[in-house]
This record gives sequence, C-alpha cells and structure tokens, in this order.
Amino acid sequence: MPLLQIRDLSVHYGAIQALHGVSVDVHEGEIVTLIGANGAGKSTTLRAISGLVKPSGGQILFDGRPLHGLPPHEIVRLGIAQAPEGRGIFSNLTVDENLEIGAYIRKDKDGIARDRTRALELFPRLAERLQQRAGTLSGGEQQMLAIARALLARPRLMLLDEPSLGLAPRIVQTIFAIIREINATGTTILLVEQNAHMALRAANRGYVIEVGRVVLSDDAKALADSDEVRRAYLGGH
Amino acid sequence: MTRLLQTLMDGVAVGSLYALIALGYTMVYGILKFINFAHGDVFMLGAWVSFTLAATLGFAGGAPPWFAAPLVLLGSMALCGLLGFTVERLAYRPLRNAPRINVLITAIGVSLFIENTGQLEPIGWLAERGLAFPFGTRPQRMPALLPDATLFEVVGVQVKLVDVLVIGIAFALMGLLQWLVFGTKLGRAMRAVSHDPKTAALMGIDVDRVISFTFVVGSVLAAAAGFLAAEKYPSLNQPAHSTWILLGLKAFVAAVVGGIGNVRGAMAGGLLIGMVELFGAAYLSPQLRDVYVFSLLIVVLLVKPEGLLGKATVEKV
Ligand SMILES: Nc1ncnc2c1ncn2[C@@H]1O[C@H](COP(=O)(O)OP(=O)(O)OP(=O)(O)O)[C@@H](O)[C@H]1O
Ligand SMILES: [Mg+2]
Repeated sequence: MPLLQIRDLSVHYGAIQALHGVSVDVHEGEIVTLIGANGAGKSTTLRAISGLVKPSGGQILFDGRPLHGLPPHEIVRLGIAQAPEGRGIFSNLTVDENLEIGAYIRKDKDGIARDRTRALELFPRLAERLQQRAGTLSGGEQQMLAIARALLARPRLMLLDEPSLGLAPRIVQTIFAIIREINATGTTILLVEQNAHMALRAANRGYVIEVGRVVLSDDAKALADSDEVRRAYLGGH
Repeated sequence: MTRLLQTLMDGVAVGSLYALIALGYTMVYGILKFINFAHGDVFMLGAWVSFTLAATLGFAGGAPPWFAAPLVLLGSMALCGLLGFTVERLAYRPLRNAPRINVLITAIGVSLFIENTGQLEPIGWLAERGLAFPFGTRPQRMPALLPDATLFEVVGVQVKLVDVLVIGIAFALMGLLQWLVFGTKLGRAMRAVSHDPKTAALMGIDVDRVISFTFVVGSVLAAAAGFLAAEKYPSLNQPAHSTWILLGLKAFVAAVVGGIGNVRGAMAGGLLIGMVELFGAAYLSPQLRDVYVFSLLIVVLLVKPEGLLGKATVEKV
C-alpha cells in the first residue's frame, strides 16, 4: 500500500476548477516529483494534502487513513510536513525560533535536540545565523530554513513546493543534494518543481500535470528521456 | 519639585493603566489585523465587575479583609476573560474570512451592546438581593480595597500605598505578558500566527485556539486595568458614560503611538501617553489634557506613522 494515495482529486477555487481528478501515489522511501507549467495545479495538490484547501471530490489517504475533513494542524501531527511555496518562513522570528516552531507538535526534547543538530549539520549556514531575524536571510538561506523547519517536525512525508524557485544554480545544486540526503535517511518526499531537469534527476518517479490533470507518469529516468517532457519541460535538449 | 514628583508618579500610574489596555488592542491587531473597538468596553466592565464583586461579597463598608483585593481582582479578570472568549467565539470567529470592514462594524456593534446592556437596571431576583449587576444608569463609588496608607513622604510628596500597588501590579502583569509572548512556546505560536496564520497551521499550530487565547489575555489585562483604575479613581461613571469611551480611545492611541501590533510598543506608548497627559495637565492647562494626547498622536502619525517601536515592514519575496 502506498504511503500517500491521491484518488481522483478535484479542487475548486470558487467557480474555477483547479484540479480535475488527479491521482498520485507516493510509496514509502520514494522521492516523487510533480512537474508542470505555471498554474498547472501543483501547489493546489500540496495544499489539498495539507488541508489548506478542501477538495470538492476524490480522496486522499495517508497510510490508509482518509485525510478528508481534518484541519491542517492535525494533518501535520499524522506525519506530513510542508515547506510551502514562497518558503513561508516567519520573518519576525529568529532562525532558531523558526526551527522551534517547526518542532511545535513534538514533546520529545531529546529527539528535537538531535534533529536540530542534524538539520544544522545539513545547513551549516543556518547554524551561523541562529539568533538572526529570519527576514534578514538571503533567499537561499530562507529556503534552507524552510526545509530545515519541516525536518524538525520529523515527518514521514515531506512536501516541498518549488525549493529551487529564484535561487542561483549553485544553491539549487546544494539544496537538491540535501533533499536526497534527507530522503536517504528515511523521509519520503513529494517534490513540486518547475525545474524539471533537477527534479527528475533527484526523483524515483514523476508525474506531469497540465491544467489540473495528470498527463504523464513514469519512472523519473523514463520521463526525462521521453520526447514530450523533453520538448515541453527540458528545453528540447 | 513636589509637583514634579507627584506628576511623575501619577503619570506612571495612569500610563501603566493605558499600557495594560493598549496591550489588548495591539495583540488582537497583531493577530487578526483589525481594531477591536469593543476592547475599551472590557476595561469598563473590568471596573464595574470589580465594583459588583466587592459589593456583593460585602467588602463595601469598613476595613476589607486582606484577601478582598486579590479576590476581586482575580474574579474580575476571570469574568472579563470569559467575556473576551465568548465575544470572539460568537461575534468574530464566524467572520474569519469576511472582509475586514464587516468585522470592524461588528466590533462597534459589540461595543454598543456591552455599553447598553451595562445600563439595564437590576430586575427581579437580582434587585431583591441588591445585586448591582447589570450595573444600572447611576454612578457608583468603588470601595477602597487597597490600603490607602501613606508609605512615606519625600520632599512633600506623599507616596501612597495604593499608587505603589497600582504601578506594581501593572508592571508585574506587563512583565508576565512579556515573558508569555517572548519566552514561551505559546508566545512563539502567537507571534507565528500574527505573521502568517496559514503557515502557522502548517506547523501544527491550532490557529483558532491561539486567537481565542489572545482575546482572553487581552481581556484579562483590560479587566486588571479596570480594577486598578477603580481603586485609584473610585467614582465610577455609569457604563455608557463618555469618560469610559475616552479612556479606551486614549489606550488605543497608546497602542498606535507605540506601533500597533507591537507588544513592547503598547507598553511604551501607554507610559508615554500617561506622562504627556498628566504633565500637560499639571504644567500647561488641565482642561486640555485630551488635546495633548491626540496632538501626540498626530505628531507620531506625521513623523513616524508605523509608531515608535513599530517596524516599517519590508517583506522579502
Ligand atoms: N486562491 C486562489 N483563488 C483562485 N484561484 C486560484 C487560487 N490559487 C490558485 N488558483 C488557480 O488554480 C490554478 C492552479 O494554481 P496552482 O497554484 O496550484 O498552480 P501551480 O502549478 O502551483 O503553479 P506555479 O508553478 O506557478 O506555482 C491556477 O489557475 C490558479 O490561478
Ligand atoms: Mg505553485
């Protein structure tokens, strides 16, 4: 049974239908990526998983359990953490306080301390800036903080929405290396990206979303080699 | 010299009361981005509930027992906290996704509701027992629960125990709030919600609970200010009297002057407003005390519109 099972998901924003029956599976231990153009419905899919938008149809099962009707703060407790689009760091709090908020749902002090140490080893640049207000971090550092913060919830499934957005190529490389490392230590990852090239290199499997529908899904390698994806998302090379 | 010291002490006392009320305005604004116009009425209720409790518990005549003041203070804080919780639940929560103007108008409605309910005369069972709740249309006199002794005298100024207690309790409560907001997990959650409620929910924070809690804390502080004000100035005007509205308004000015949404700003703003008002009244003209306050507001809005401690917000995209 997949860890996350999305069946026929539809989402409306008022009169606009953003998703038309999307189905996605994510198995334990995988990195799965959703790629697609602007406005395809990638973020909407993640918002629906986290409970930020209510589906108008279909089902989302996590570990076999329907998430329907649960508020966002309870879905986190089941083991799903999201680093949202635009990072959503708390710029009025310090870096350290942002990390503490990431562990908000946990009570195991020792475990939190261990995960904090580990997050700071993954992102040494954050370790140097713990007492700094998070709003003063650079874009890349803010993205690191968003991922580190999600890590502190000790999720079974991590949702990452465009972690490469607006970052210089070298920082993107670093971030993707760390995403793989997080996955290697047992966290399942659902990764939304416009940077299809990087995403398909990191992922095991991928789904291509166009105007609210899944139009292709396959092994990441096969997708990267397919003509459609190369033409539409990889600039034809 | 005598007058300077006396004015200074009164300024700090009045200012710390403004600060306590301003905190409620600023915290609710920080989280929901709307001005809770009914907050000044919670302050009025704090004073009137204190009076009612003191009267019904028989602390009105003679020397009250030592526990009268803490009992009445805590009772009033608890009842007003409950009121704040209820108002948020019934009036504001259903409007969580409504345009802000709707919430604002609702707040004015809540304010009028509280003021007018407060004027109902006691009836039936209540009247038979001589209970003062609802509070009626007449002014009342708050029994002195805090000892009115003179502690000591410096250069002709009598330092009264009641003043020292008012200032002491107000500062202790502000210290407690400072600790709550900046030193606890719940305070961190409040600050996170105030910055971005959606992302806060993604962190596992129950945003509705944090909002309820914020209303309770703000109301509890306003109630304490009501009690302390009634002890310092024991003649209570009737609930809908314009002095209450004016006091609430000046506390709101304090929140704006300090930087609305900023907890430390509300404390600083309250003290500043108290000082400006009382020094103006003592050294310029006592008739114009409200003018000084609102002139200060105008100056601050012109020179530093985000308030003394407010930050002109710059968001990184
Ligand atoms: N709050 C909203 N209200 C109305 N329409 C919305 C809202 N959010 C998204 N949409 C619409 O839903 C569709 C899908 O949006 P979504 O944010 O999921 O796209 P996306 O694939 O994440 O795009 P991008 O790569 O640009 O982030 C778009 O047409 C968008 O305009
Ligand atoms: Mg998106």
